Formats: sequence, C-alpha cells, structure tokens
Amino acid sequence: MSDEYYLELSENPVQFENASSVNNVFFDEANKQVFAVRSGGATGVVVKGPDDKSSVAFRMDDKGEVKCIKFSLGNKILAVQRTTKSVVLPDKRTLKLLKSQSINVNWYMYCPETAVLLLSTTVQGNVLQPFAFKSATVSKMSKFEIELPAVPKPAKLSLSERDIAVATIYDQLYVMYLKHHSRSTNSPGAEVVLYHLPREGTCRKTHVLKLNTTGKFALNVVDNLVVVHHQSSQTSLIYDIKLRELDGALNVHQPVLPARSINPYKIHLTGPAAAPSQAPVPCELYSSSWSVFQPDIIISASEGYLWYLQVKLQPTLNLLQDKGKLMDFLLRRRDCKMVILSVCSQMLTGGDKGNLSVVATVFDKLNQVYKEYLDAEQAYTAAMESGPSRSSTSYKRPVRTQAVIDQSDMYTHVLSDFTEKKGVKHKFIIAVLMEYIRSLNQFQIPVQHYLYELVIKTLVQHNLFYMLHQFLQYHVLSDSKPLACLLLSLESTYPPAHQLSLDMLKRLSTANDEIVEVLLSKQQVLGALRFIRSVGAHDNVSARKFLDAARQTNDTMLFYTIFRFFEQRNMRLNTLFTLIGHCEEHVAYFKQVFGENALMKQATA
Amino acid sequence: MLMISPRMASGMQEKQYTPSLLSFFIYNPKFGPREGEEEKKILFYHPIEIEKNEKIRNVGLCEAIVQFTRTFSPTNPAKSLHTQKNRQFFHEAEENYWMVMVVRNPMVEKPNKDGKPPTVEYQEEEIIDSVYGSVLQQCYCMYKLFNGTFSRAFEAGGVELLTQKLEKFFYRYLQTLHLQSCDLLDVFGGISFFPLDKMTYLKIQSFVNRVEESLSLVKYTAFLYNDQLIWSGLEQDDMRILYKYLTTSLFPRHSEPELAGRDSPLRPEVAGNLLHYGRFLTGPANLKDPDAKFRFPRIFVNTEDSYEELHLIVYKVRERVNVMDLNREFCEQLDSLVGPQLTLLASDICEQFNINRRISGPEKEPQFKFIYFNHMNLAEKSTIHMRKTASVSLTSVHPDLMKILGDINCDFARVNEDEEIIVKAMTDYWVVGKKSDQRELYVILNQKNANLIEVNEEVKRLCATQFNNIFFLD
Repeated sequence: MSDEYYLELSENPVQFENASSVNNVFFDEANKQVFAVRSGGATGVVVKGPDDKSSVAFRMDDKGEVKCIKFSLGNKILAVQRTTKSVVLPDKRTLKLLKSQSINVNWYMYCPETAVLLLSTTVQGNVLQPFAFKSATVSKMSKFEIELPAVPKPAKLSLSERDIAVATIYDQLYVMYLKHHSRSTNSPGAEVVLYHLPREGTCRKTHVLKLNTTGKFALNVVDNLVVVHHQSSQTSLIYDIKLRELDGALNVHQPVLPARSINPYKIHLTGPAAAPSQAPVPCELYSSSWSVFQPDIIISASEGYLWYLQVKLQPTLNLLQDKGKLMDFLLRRRDCKMVILSVCSQMLTGGDKGNLSVVATVFDKLNQVYKEYLDAEQAYTAAMESGPSRSSTSYKRPVRTQAVIDQSDMYTHVLSDFTEKKGVKHKFIIAVLMEYIRSLNQFQIPVQHYLYELVIKTLVQHNLFYMLHQFLQYHVLSDSKPLACLLLSLESTYPPAHQLSLDMLKRLSTANDEIVEVLLSKQQVLGALRFIRSVGAHDNVSARKFLDAARQTNDTMLFYTIFRFFEQRNMRLNTLFTLIGHCEEHVAYFKQVFGENALMKQATA
Repeated sequence: MLMISPRMASGMQEKQYTPSLLSFFIYNPKFGPREGEEEKKILFYHPIEIEKNEKIRNVGLCEAIVQFTRTFSPTNPAKSLHTQKNRQFFHEAEENYWMVMVVRNPMVEKPNKDGKPPTVEYQEEEIIDSVYGSVLQQCYCMYKLFNGTFSRAFEAGGVELLTQKLEKFFYRYLQTLHLQSCDLLDVFGGISFFPLDKMTYLKIQSFVNRVEESLSLVKYTAFLYNDQLIWSGLEQDDMRILYKYLTTSLFPRHSEPELAGRDSPLRPEVAGNLLHYGRFLTGPANLKDPDAKFRFPRIFVNTEDSYEELHLIVYKVRERVNVMDLNREFCEQLDSLVGPQLTLLASDICEQFNINRRISGPEKEPQFKFIYFNHMNLAEKSTIHMRKTASVSLTSVHPDLMKILGDINCDFARVNEDEEIIVKAMTDYWVVGKKSDQRELYVILNQKNANLIEVNEEVKRLCATQFNNIFFLD
C-alpha cells in the first residue's frame, strides 16, 4: 500500500520551537520565514528560512504582544506590528508614501511571487481588485467578481479570505476560489473555481475542479498541480488543469487520481522530553493545527514543523490505468524522466492485449515533446548563427526539461533491456521497435544508428532475414556507412546481405572506396575497375591494390588485363608504375609471365 | 558478346501450333519395384484415358533415362529429354517422387498441293528447358501449398490418400496451365513489389502488427496493393508461390467482373467511398448472410521445418491482407477491426500510387521495354507484360524476342560471373541482357539503324535512370 501515496511531506522540514503560551509563531510568505517569538521577543526571536543560511536569532525588547513580524527582502529591515494601526521599524528609518488609492477594503491578499495584491471590495466582498507592483510602480488591474453560490439577503460579507488563494500554475496567475457546497444549488459537492488573471486584459473564470464531497478543505499548488486537502476524510486530491480537453469555454476537471492520504510521516521527538533511543512517532496528518500556505507549504505550529508538499510520481503508474492519460500527466511533471521510462518498461512487459496501440500512443506523446525541443533547439542555433544583429526578439536557449525523452534514453533504459528479456515473443519485440521507429519518422526525427542495430540484432537472432530484407528494401532502416558495414558482416549467415550492403554504399555516393574494397575482397577485380571507371575516379586510384587482387586470383589473363589498363592509364597521365609506388614486383611478374617485350614502350609512345 | 540471330518469316497458308501438354504423371519407383507390379508406381497420370500398358511403358522409359544419366552425374541426373515431337521434363519433387511433364513441340503444318496430306514440321528448338522445367516445379509448389508434401500424405493415409489428393488437385490445375504463354517470368517466379515511401510503409507495418496482436489466430500477414506485394510475414519461398496463386488465380477471378473494361495495369481502382469497404475473397462472401460458410482454403507453409498448416483468409479493400483461421466470430472481429483501418490506409497508398505515376510521367510508349529480376529478393519488374489474368499473360512483344530473352537467361545461368549479351534481332530490334551479381536485366530496344555503341549507351542511360539506387555494374 505504501506505494499508493502520491503526496508526501518533505524529508527535511524546517523545524522551530512549537507554538505555546510563551512562544508565538509567525510565518512570512514572502521570505518563507518562520518567526518564533519568545515572550514578546525579550527571550529571543528565532527566524528560520527555507535554508540554513537564512536563519537569524536576535532579541528585542518586549513592548507588548507582537501581532505580526517580518523581514524585508534580504533580511535588511525588520518590521514589527504590535497594534492594529502601527508598524515599528527598530532602526530609525523613514517611509515615503509613493502612491495612494482610496478603496473600501474588507481584506487583502498578497502574492509575493508575482507581486500582485488582491483587495476584497463591496459589501459582499466578492468583487476583487488586483494591483500589480513592478519596480516601485503600482498599476491597477481590471477588477472582477467572484460568483457566490448564493446571494445573502440582506447583503453581508460573504467571501472570506480563507476561501481565496493565489497561485501560479503553468506560468499563469490564477485566483482559486473554494466554493463551498450550498444546499440551494444542486451541485453534489464543493468546487474549486479558478479565475485566470492575465497581466493585461480581464480576469475570466476558466476552470472548475469538482471535489465531489463537502467539508473543510485546504489548497496547495505543487508542480503545477492543484492539491485539495480534505480534512474530514484525511485525504487529498490532485488536479491537472491541462488534462482535459475544452468543454465549451470552461474546463471541468475531475481528480486525476483517486483520493489518497499524504504519505504517513514520522517525527523524531527532540528536546529534553525525548529519550535518545526513542522511536519516531507518527505525525498527525491533516491536523486542525495545520496551516497551509501557497504554493506548497504546510506548517504545523503545535509541533514546530514547516514542510514542503511534494508529489511522488511512481505511485501514479498503478493508479492511472489509461497509459495515454498517464503520459500526458507525467510529461508535465518536473521530475518525470525516470518514471516515464519505467512506465515504458512496464507497458512493454505487461503483455495486455491491444497493447501495441497503447505503445504507439505513448511513443507518439514522447516524441511530440522530443520533437518540440529539437525544433526549439534548432531555431535557437539558427538564430544565433544569423548573428545578434536582429536580436529584437531575444532568443533564450530552450530549456531541456526532464520530459524530453530522447532516443538514447529510450535505448538505454527501455529498449535494450526489453529486447534481451526472456519470455517476450520476438514478434512483439520487433513490433515495438518498428512502432518506435514509425513514431520517430512521423515526427521527422532522424533515427539513430543504434536503434537500427537493435532491430537488426533482434531479427538476426530469430533468423528473420526475409523480414530484414524487406525493411531494407523499403529503406525503413536508413542508409549509412555503419549500417552497410553491419550488413557486410552478416553475409556469411545471410548471403543477400552482400547485395543490400553494396546497394546502400552506392546510394550513399560517398563510399566509392568502400565499394572497391568490397569488390576486391570478393576477387571481383574487373568489376571493381569498371565501377571506379564509371564514377570517373580511375585516374586517382592506386594501381597496387588492383594488381594485388588480380595476382591472388591466379588468373594470368585477368592480371594481364588489369596490368594493361593501368599501364595505359599511366602512360596517358605520364607516370610510371614506379612513380606511383610499390608496383615493382608486379612489373617483374608481368615480365616473367608475358616477357619483356609485352611491356609498352615508354619513351617512344 | 555479340550474336546475330536472323529468323525467316513463315509462309502465308501455314498453320502454326503452339506447344501443348501431352501428358503429365507422377510416380515413385519404390512403390512397385518388382516385375508385374509396375502399375503401383504410378500415382497420377494425365490423360486418364491412356491405356495401362502405355502408362507403364512411359513411366519405365523415364525411370530408365534418369537412371542412365545418373551414371554420368550422380547428383544431377537428366532434367529433360528432347525428341522430335515432344520434350519431356523430369523433376524429383521429393525423394523418389518423380514428376514428369511431356510437352508437344510447336509445329507448323504446311499444306501440300494435289490433295496430299499436309507436311508437319516440328520446331524442336523453340521450347526452352528452363521455362518448362520451372513450370513443372511450380506445379509441385502449388500442390504443396494447398496439400502439403507427398510424403506427409503417404504417411497419413498411404497411397490411397496420396493418389486421391493428387487427382483432386491436378485434375483442375492442369487445365489452368497455359503452356503456350509460358516465358522468362516463369523461370523467375518473381514478385512485383509496390513502391512506397517509408512513412506509409511504416504505417502498414504498424497496422499489420496490431492486427496480429489483437487477433491472435492470425499467424502471418501479407499485404498487397494493386497485385503488388508490400509486406510478407511469410518466408520468401512460401510467399513466392502464394503470390503466384493470388495474382494469377484468385485476384483475377474476383476482379474481372468488377473491373471489366480495365485496360491498363497502371490504372488505379476507383477510390469509392472511404467508409468501411472490405470483403472476404476466401471464406464468406457476405458476413450478414446467416447461412454464410466459414470455410477457408488450407495452406501449408514452412514445410522444410515447422510444417505449419494454416487457413488462408484473403480480405480485400482495394488491396488485401491474408491471414489464418476461421469461424463467424473471428471473421466479424476481423471485419470490424481491419475493414475501417485498411480503408484509411488504402487511401494513403492510393495517394502514393498517384505520386509514383506522376513521377514516371505520361504513359507514352517508351523506346525500350525491359524485364528486371533480382534473385535475392525475387523482385521482378516487367514493362513487357501487359497484365496477368486467370487465362493468359499478355506480352507486348513478339514471341521470337521472348525466345531470345529465354536463351540469354540460359547463358547467364551457366556461368556465375557478371555478363552482358547484346543481340541484334530481326526487324531492327536490339536485345540486351545484363547480369550484375544476383540481378538480371533484359532490355528490348526498338531503334532503327542504331549501332552497337549507341545501344550500349542507351542501356547505360536506362540503368542510370531506372536503377540508380542499386549497385548495378555497367
């Protein structure tokens, strides 16, 4: 069961002194810092950030209950709020009013990542006014209205800040509204409604996440997934807003996976109360003392922990049966590579019927992403080569995400093991390899030689030479010198490989030397000579290897013919055998067999 | 090498007789070794009406000739016997199982004056051994495809079963032998491949693999389009004979009524609508018919090793797949799975077909005609043959030229080296034969007043344009 939990708390949480009557705990979302304020600061303030470097400890005078405490960015300035209307900066500093807006506000929410501030306005509180902060300027964005499940009469504040969260999903800013189940409407459960908030233009309601239940919920966003925690069932759901095709203008989403609890977490008790050898105790998940912050933070003030929520992808393999959908899901995740590769391995050894069409779908999905990356890379290279002159659109080198699964990944982690696997029918192995090659071709990705090698190896292993022959006949395995050489090596077991290899070398048109070598090794000296003449290279070719090969045939007439050919050529080119080197023994042999007079007269010719 | 072979035209009132089948018999000497039991050797004899003693005599003669020639060449006894009136072909199809085909030589009947009976002149040299030898071997292969080997039948049911099978098969098959139109193509027994781009080919691969995966009864698949092979899961030798059966027997039988008036082999079949458009060529004619018979012909493949008995299913959507095994449920499954997908693929291929045609240019009579054959993959291409039908294969050149092609082929078969033969035939035709490694090319050029050098150049040009992607020595 343990591999069913697809959410987990980070292994290295930020630990701090738990909240108590003498210790107040504050969290600053902008710097992700936890402030433990003991006795109003008199006995110490310990600030812990996401990493050890950002930890700070200091003391300050107890001037009353601290309501809020924060550092500015870079821990330069500390601000302490002790009353509702005043903020104290310990050093003597002045603040300057840059801009003022006058609006009636119920509550506010600030998103530090995007520097967007949301203000709740109107009596019901459901008209939200966003402001964007950018290098000391404040711009008012167009306001929008959150649809309430029921309009209360008389009007009263109906939208609470607890039901609103702001997060970036797939690089877009969304306002998430937790719309509780209402008896007046017929909806079967609560919903999370996503409002897309573009930098420019109007905010629109774009996605609805169906929770199918009621109760208390909390939201996180992890790896572009919306996570909805449900307290009463102690489970969480995840939603991928890209995982559904458009259903009208609005996307309605069901959870990607069945509801599961966060992976059980054990904490080591520390401090004076804990004995050193004490076993870790289970942490109470979904506790009422948990606070959830965007995008992925869960804080247990009572236990003194700050965790980052994480998605584990491995369990999704068994929870999502539809492999195509699973691939779509995984390809959008951050650390997806190894999981995707293991999905591939699993589906190839699963042995379900109709598997090949699944295999095809998965390969196509992978290669689509792979191709997009290759194209982007190519466009970048082309832009760089054309010079920075027209760099009006600044090209960024495309980032290779983990979702880019190239041929070498597939070969190393999936295909080479798979072809070696015992008990898999060779027919299926070949079908899978061909399917991968088909998919690569479909996306116009050049196929690497090692894949062809794998195909050939598999076919040869099972004596399927006729199949191999047909593949080569239709150029399914693209021409290359290495492939031609591989074919040559198969000649002893499959004689037609010789012809296939020569054809391939011929088509390459850059392999004339190789063709000559092949023919000479077959003692086809005349054939080799005719070939080299037909491509017009006979003036530059070395006579020696032809004469060597002719000698080896023990056919004196053949030797005579070859000798004469080069004799005439050299005469025409005005060179002697001796000048082009190392043919003395052949000249001597010629004299010995045919007599001195048979040699052409150099000088008088 | 240059050969000149002028031939005289024949007179006006003469009557020409083409070669024809005189007799055809199969015997096994081991079945009646003792005197007086000779009849037992004979497993099949055509024509059936021949008197018993004559059958015994003819079989005995063949036995004797083979035995006699064996003393000179133990492993390679006589393959044929030439006589004035006929020619006999011997083929030991399986150990001790001999097949003999006797072909009457073509002859000319010359009328005589004064009411005398006409003089018959046999043209003993017109028949080419290799052509009819191949026809005889083909007879065996075809038998084996549908019945398995002789020895298996004998093991299963003795001489009785074997003779029964032989009679049942050859009675009909011999009627379909058209000895007058046999030529070089029978020697090759080649396969015409459909030229296709890589992507479409891969799609077909993918389709075939999926069909075989989802219908586990399907053991092998072959994929053809327009009588041309695209993919064969069967081994080469089995595909060779199956291809022969499909293209010369099954397809013509089915396409003639529906495509009456189709004159050119290059015309694509009418596209039709792209809804599911498939049907079975073997087995049930109409799946909707509740009384449909789900019987498919049986075929035997890989008889050398695994000896598999399969059912031949031929399914067509303007091109065909064939696969194995029966029953209604299966057929419906196949129909619903294969039909729609195949229809889509067919339109892809058809597109390719039209591209090919555009590349090859307008269909005007070229200056040359050729036959190409590759022994390695049995690929065959002929612009000499119009098209194959159930009855005859039509050639567009004079039989004399075909005879020259056959002779050149015999010359090639004798030596293992690359060769080139150029022949000047009568009526301005030049015939060129080239052999490069395992490939043979025969070109017939019709160029008045061309000399040897020009002919040689012309053929070089042809090779450069038609065969530039293969290694073909010039």
